[in-house]
Amino acid sequence: MNKVENNKAWFLVLPVFLLVAFSAVVPLMTVVNYSVQDIFDASNRYFVGVEWFKEVLRDPRLHDSLIRQFIFSFCVLLIEVPLGICVALMMPKEGRWSALCLILLAIPLLIPWNVVGTIWQIFGRADIGLMGYSLNAIGIDYNYAGNSGDAWATVLLMDVWHWTSLIALLCYSGLRAIPDAYYQAARIDRASGWAIFRYIQLPKLQSVLLIGILLRFMDSFMIYTEPFVLTGGGPGNSTTFLSQTLTTMAIGQFDLGRAGAFSLIYFLIILLVSWLLYTAMTHVEKGE
Amino acid sequence: MSTKTLNSSTSFAQAAQKKRGIALPFTKGQVGMVCYLLFVLVPIYWLLNMSFKTNQEILGGLSLFPQNFTLDNYRVIFTDPTWYNGYLNSIYYVSLNTVISLLVALPAAYAFSRYKFVGDKHLFFWLLTNRMSPPAVFLLPFFQLYSSVGLFDTHIAVALAHCLFNVPLAVWILEGFMSGVPKEIDETAYIDGYSFPHFFGKIFLPMIRSGIGVTAFFCFMFSWVELLLARTLTSIDAKPIGAVMTRTITASGVDWGVLAAAGCLTIVPGVLVIWFVRNHVAKGFALGRV
Repeated sequence: MNKVENNKAWFLVLPVFLLVAFSAVVPLMTVVNYSVQDIFDASNRYFVGVEWFKEVLRDPRLHDSLIRQFIFSFCVLLIEVPLGICVALMMPKEGRWSALCLILLAIPLLIPWNVVGTIWQIFGRADIGLMGYSLNAIGIDYNYAGNSGDAWATVLLMDVWHWTSLIALLCYSGLRAIPDAYYQAARIDRASGWAIFRYIQLPKLQSVLLIGILLRFMDSFMIYTEPFVLTGGGPGNSTTFLSQTLTTMAIGQFDLGRAGAFSLIYFLIILLVSWLLYTAMTHVEKGE
Repeated sequence: MSTKTLNSSTSFAQAAQKKRGIALPFTKGQVGMVCYLLFVLVPIYWLLNMSFKTNQEILGGLSLFPQNFTLDNYRVIFTDPTWYNGYLNSIYYVSLNTVISLLVALPAAYAFSRYKFVGDKHLFFWLLTNRMSPPAVFLLPFFQLYSSVGLFDTHIAVALAHCLFNVPLAVWILEGFMSGVPKEIDETAYIDGYSFPHFFGKIFLPMIRSGIGVTAFFCFMFSWVELLLARTLTSIDAKPIGAVMTRTITASGVDWGVLAAAGCLTIVPGVLVIWFVRNHVAKGFALGRV
């Protein structure tokens, strides 16, 4: 669409600008402020420059949780994207079954995140949970509170349960946008199911998939509430991700300088990766 | 596309497979779909099942159905003010947030969809960066900011804090819907002598009402599911239900039945409203870009 050049449009954007400035810029500046000072109390504060950044970058806690975080986000994308595409392909095309499937699929997305944690906490327990009980009954020694491998598997499974629907819903709406004529042409050409997927469906899904990947990356990188409720970051530190490390630092130990520096580095990592994905996304949109 | 003879339960995979003439009562797609839906629903069913049991029964052994069906857990929630106030607080700040987000996002989205102005692209991306910022980063500054202006433990504090991610989201979704309305409509209206506010309120908003509905749904939802900020910014008066749920952990152990019942009740609002936006859900999740 051709847009008119008109700088008065700024007046329409002004309320958003002011509101977001209040709720984002002011706090962010506070974080910057913390990160360059050593604060003992309100009157005792010293400018320390980039010392906190140097210290945080050498901090093994940051390294460990950063590595865990990247592995987690990578696993999440690796499982959820293909699974989401499969679910979208299996969905009924139209009619009341498809409406029912849509609604059932959307349910996990509408559950408060702490309740998601609670659901899986209960579901996985060996004494009162169906999954934990069944797994132990068939001879698998499963205990997410004691074994870090099991804890990882449970957190991953929980995230797959929680968010695969998002990818599926996005792909479903992408698939619905494909005209039937494409399928007819494929039928005339005697294209195989795989060829239809590879050359008709997948290209059309490109833009929605990029949005899905962008959202899933951002949200899995900020994950806090669900693993906190499920495992509390344990056993040991095995499921402690970046947000939790940061929250412990800021609220638990009230280590403002370090937390401030940590926050900025954390934010920059997300910003960088998201910017790359966003650029890719706008290029795909322009390409079509 | 509905003129085709594909019957209503044909899936996309089936459309691809159809010509090979596989004649089974159920297709692979249908079986797979049922399996996935079971995976989605069984954990929720387990929570629901537990909410109708007494604690003795929950801890006494595993049963697929409640043996002594009881509504006591729900009775606890509906009679104890700390419990039901948790729900009321959550609903209150969530509604407040939805209204604020929509009010500021509507004009902004119109500006983004219709005009070019200095710094528009940068502003748009800057808004998106707020959707990317981890709430954990803003935890402490928010706490200090709202304490210093005397808003700590009020509903408006949580509503404003949730604007951090909901306003960008609302602008994005609305911009997507507004860009779908042809520009000629605006031009015709201005030629007919409508002023901007008159046109915007009388003609434009009714045209994108489904978009507004979807946006409201998403603002409601994302504010409803968030707990970290809501819990940090409140202590007693505006305490959200998610924070009240930690009450079930007492010295004598966890009150599983009440915890399950409280969890089930938090699912209800989402399920009630999703029906109305079922056809637009994906567009909302795609930030208006499908």
